Amino acid sequence: MSEAATTFKAYSRPQMAKIAADDIPEGWFVNLGIGIPTMIADHVPLDREVIFHSENGILGMGPAPEKDKVEPWLINAGKQYITLRAGGSICHHADSFSMIRGGHLDLCVLGAFQVADNGDIANWATSENDTAPAVGGAMDLAAGAKRLWVIMDHTTKDGSPKLVTKCTYPLTAQSCVKRVYTNLAVIDVADIGFVVRQMAPGLSFEDLQARTEAKLHMAS
Amino acid sequence: MINKIVQSMADAMAGIKDGSTVLLAGFGSVGQPNQLIEGLIEQGAKDLTVAANNAGSGHVGLARLMELGRVRKIICSFPRSSDPVVFETLYRAGKIELEIVPQGTIAERMRAAGAGIPQFFTATGVGTKMAVGKEHREIDGRTYILENALKGDVGLVEAWEADRWGNLTYKLAGRNFNPVVAMASDLSIVQTQHIRELGDIDPDHIHTPGIFVDRVLHVPYGDPGSF
Repeated sequence: MSEAATTFKAYSRPQMAKIAADDIPEGWFVNLGIGIPTMIADHVPLDREVIFHSENGILGMGPAPEKDKVEPWLINAGKQYITLRAGGSICHHADSFSMIRGGHLDLCVLGAFQVADNGDIANWATSENDTAPAVGGAMDLAAGAKRLWVIMDHTTKDGSPKLVTKCTYPLTAQSCVKRVYTNLAVIDVADIGFVVRQMAPGLSFEDLQARTEAKLHMAS
Repeated sequence: MINKIVQSMADAMAGIKDGSTVLLAGFGSVGQPNQLIEGLIEQGAKDLTVAANNAGSGHVGLARLMELGRVRKIICSFPRSSDPVVFETLYRAGKIELEIVPQGTIAERMRAAGAGIPQFFTATGVGTKMAVGKEHREIDGRTYILENALKGDVGLVEAWEADRWGNLTYKLAGRNFNPVVAMASDLSIVQTQHIRELGDIDPDHIHTPGIFVDRVLHVPYGDPGSF
């Protein structure tokens, strides 16, 4: 960046997770992807009843267990030990994916490699010739949840934009991302494209645009 | 008297033919019939097509079956599970065919097979490489792709409890693909932690009714280990 660039403080991952968590109202059924999305659950207080789903048949997932209270038959989609809240339930895989594919989940939050300003998401493979493509439940979640949010770094490690005009990586689903939480901003995906709702402290709109391939619009 | 309980692994595996399609339940190592996979290795059937969520890890179970050259094709959603060394090696060498399928589509393909539904439309995968070559149809303004049911010649299932009619329960996340594998397979083989007397499982608590089950083997190995 030029010397004229302002100094700013990017959001940490826990801050990103907290910002997203604060936007989830009581009563929603929510599936969180592996990675940063999983951290969102830590920032939803238990008295705000949000019901977390894990695609291996868990509804009402609670926090990780204490080390001496692990239930070896209770894991989440990331294959980590979990707890079940009072009111939690178990179902089989086809029912669990009916919750996803039947449009019953209010929200899914996934990580991504790229998001385009028409809402396309690429998050499962980084090249057309990936040696071992692995999709898991990402395509079901992206296409099936009532709304899809993405939480990710704003750029790649080498500074390439991840908010783009057209995904160059293989698509997970078309036109389904509604909002993106990055370490620099919160951005809605609207009919006109990316609309900036919030920026990291000290960051200017021009700085944010410089790190974004697609055109940004300021929220009115 | 109906008695689906078999006394040995050899009896459980009897008659599995070369070229069979084997549906394998399990997610991680929870609810995965590991001892039945060992039994299949011992039984010797080859040229298999295996459908499972993952493609095995380390050198045991499904990975061992593949390493022995017995699996022609694997149908799965997530071959990159922990330590997929055998799959990666075979795949790079062109020695195993891979059909990658979204996880919900695999589960629904099995459920459909069990329910007598040969094909169905889904929005999952539209606009991605999963949709290439598949029939597309617009229904009420949304585009869907056509997927085929996935029927097993053999299904391998892990239950928590079973009785001699083949009624089953599962434990917690151990349920996963087990009920749909049981219903989608011509020959459903179950390993169970506990055998119950007929009538001892509350009918309201049976997860898989015995109509979907052919053979039951008692394998009380305890809790799943690390994965």
